[in-house]
Amino acid sequence: MPKIILIGASHKTAPVELREKLAFSQEEIETALEFIKQDSGIKEGLVFSTCNRLEFLYIPGNGVLEDKDRIDAVMQFISKLKKLPVSEFKSSLYIHRDDDAVRHLFCVAASLDSMVVGEPQILGQVKKAYKTAARVGVTGVLLNRLMHKSFSVAKRVRKQTGIGDNAVSISYAAIELAHKIFADLATKSVMLIGAGEMAELAVEHLMTHQVKDIVVVNRTFKNALELARKFNGQAVQYEERESALADVDIIISSTGATDYVLTRDQVKGIMKKRQNNTLFFIDIAVPRDIDPRINKISNAYVYDIDDLRNIVETNMSRREQETVRAQRFVEEALLAFRRWLDELAVVPTIKAINRKMTDIVNLECEKTLAGLPHLSKDDTESIRRMTRAIASRAIHDPILFLRNTGDHRDDSFYLNVARQLFNLDIPDHNY
Amino acid sequence: MSMNIPFILLQCATFFYLISTAGYFCYLFYQKDRIQQTALGAVGIGAVVHLFAIVLQSAALGGLPIYTLGQSLSMAGLSLAAMFLYVQYRFHLKILGVYATAMITVLMLASIFLPEATQAPDKIYKGIFFFGHIILIFTGESMLALACGAGILYLLQEQGIKGKSPGFFFKRLPSLDFLDAVSYTCITTGFALLTFGLVTGFIYARSVWGSFWRWDVKEVFSLGAWLVYAVLLHLRLYSGWRGRNSAIMSVIGFIILIFTFLGVNSFLGGHHQGFTQ
Repeated sequence: MPKIILIGASHKTAPVELREKLAFSQEEIETALEFIKQDSGIKEGLVFSTCNRLEFLYIPGNGVLEDKDRIDAVMQFISKLKKLPVSEFKSSLYIHRDDDAVRHLFCVAASLDSMVVGEPQILGQVKKAYKTAARVGVTGVLLNRLMHKSFSVAKRVRKQTGIGDNAVSISYAAIELAHKIFADLATKSVMLIGAGEMAELAVEHLMTHQVKDIVVVNRTFKNALELARKFNGQAVQYEERESALADVDIIISSTGATDYVLTRDQVKGIMKKRQNNTLFFIDIAVPRDIDPRINKISNAYVYDIDDLRNIVETNMSRREQETVRAQRFVEEALLAFRRWLDELAVVPTIKAINRKMTDIVNLECEKTLAGLPHLSKDDTESIRRMTRAIASRAIHDPILFLRNTGDHRDDSFYLNVARQLFNLDIPDHNY
Repeated sequence: MSMNIPFILLQCATFFYLISTAGYFCYLFYQKDRIQQTALGAVGIGAVVHLFAIVLQSAALGGLPIYTLGQSLSMAGLSLAAMFLYVQYRFHLKILGVYATAMITVLMLASIFLPEATQAPDKIYKGIFFFGHIILIFTGESMLALACGAGILYLLQEQGIKGKSPGFFFKRLPSLDFLDAVSYTCITTGFALLTFGLVTGFIYARSVWGSFWRWDVKEVFSLGAWLVYAVLLHLRLYSGWRGRNSAIMSVIGFIILIFTFLGVNSFLGGHHQGFTQ
């Protein structure tokens, strides 16, 4: 029975400093695949690296090497390539074998193990890792099957559960709201009041959605200038913030002020000027910066940190329910893969070939004999014996070949070919 | 027997509209694009069959079939279907189908199950201005019906966002800006059609009764509805009335239109009477 090993570190086991050190570039991934190719103890493998995880997935050979599962060899390789002593990262690694490894892979591909559960990029990254490995030529029957299974289970989870639907981080929830208020964020301008870390984070998120302009307001004008330079925006004096409202659409506020930075009357006055065009206030300051009564003004929407947190929490609980369903899909796929793997062993394959031949021979033999009623009982018996002998002689050599497992032979490959030649596989569930 | 063919076609069209309504409601809950495409296809087929039926009816009557309330409702259904297909093509506001197909189906069912009053076509209901008046008024009102639909969607979405409890509709509806834009386009188009419809109506009235304006109740209400939309557009252009207020106005305007279409004749009488009895 082939083993499946998965060694990795992710955001769940390693701090960001370590993950940064461990992350593989595309060239390094190819170096690693080359290592897998050269290593005589590994039959198939692939390497997967994103900013949140590094994973080695491979099938060790039934070699006679001392380090049979090649776990130490892989760790040594990482240590050498990344110039990190093994002791520094060993405790942050997880090592999964067989079913656990398969389950982990399925969860990763289906984005159940992601930092933001349900985020859609991960499947593309897994596919890319597989393609790279296939190009280098280190994937075989097992990994091909396993990876395709992981893609189909990921697709099923995406399609049949709502796991990717709900915003579960505050800045993401705010951006989702912005998308439901404004048709096209690329034509909208953002005003940043205060220069806190939270605000910067929110703006960085928004920047990935390509807003038109960014205006930075701060009590200390120097800081505003600095931040404006960073975001390629413009700085505005704190006293001008009210009039600046006329030209922006989204306001993110995060000052340490104890009083409201913008009041209802100020906004009401400006609404006329901007022809009642919509304003969206995101107030992430505590105590609040934006007068909550502004939300009462027509076409103005105010969300403070608690409102956003409420949305995130509702979405979280919804997502948890969906995760349970997604995990069921993963378990189903795992079972199907396990069944295929079990069948791929020598004995079941020989048995299946035998069974198939016997069935064919019996069927054809009885069909013919039914049309020959004049034969005596002895005659029919010898004809039956003869056909059975033909069948067993016909498959004798293939079976001998399958039984004779050599040291340097990839059994799973030949078993797979045999199963395909004789069409032995029960059709798999197609998700 | 030949009179029955259009009626059978109308029933067929109604059947397709029913399917599309069911489809759009499924789409509302399950959000599957294939359901929406099927439903849209059903509206398209329904509209073609419907158009064919009305052409046959017109040929038989020697004029547009709008002599009874049933016929008028059927005509309204067709023009709403046509305008919906146009708006759909232009904006891809899929969810509007829930509203539009439901309304078309109600119109058609009412049209089919209303007792058919046999009324001799009056020869005065002919001519290019009469034809123009009917087509423009029906398409214009259909556009305003869709504007009302977009306005309702806006109000639903806005309520969720303003109330800070994004719920069932949050995911299913597009952005407020977009809904407002669709509603606005429908209002301007509908208003233009309605205006020309009223003008051709006046010209036609002049040619038949000798005066542009005769203080007919329906005329008064039509002008009232027209004024509501005129005020709405004016406020939007000069005072930036958009969003919620605009959506509410589009709903109110359409309610007045419905009353003008159905209510006036039932309660108040007038020379438009024949059309809706």
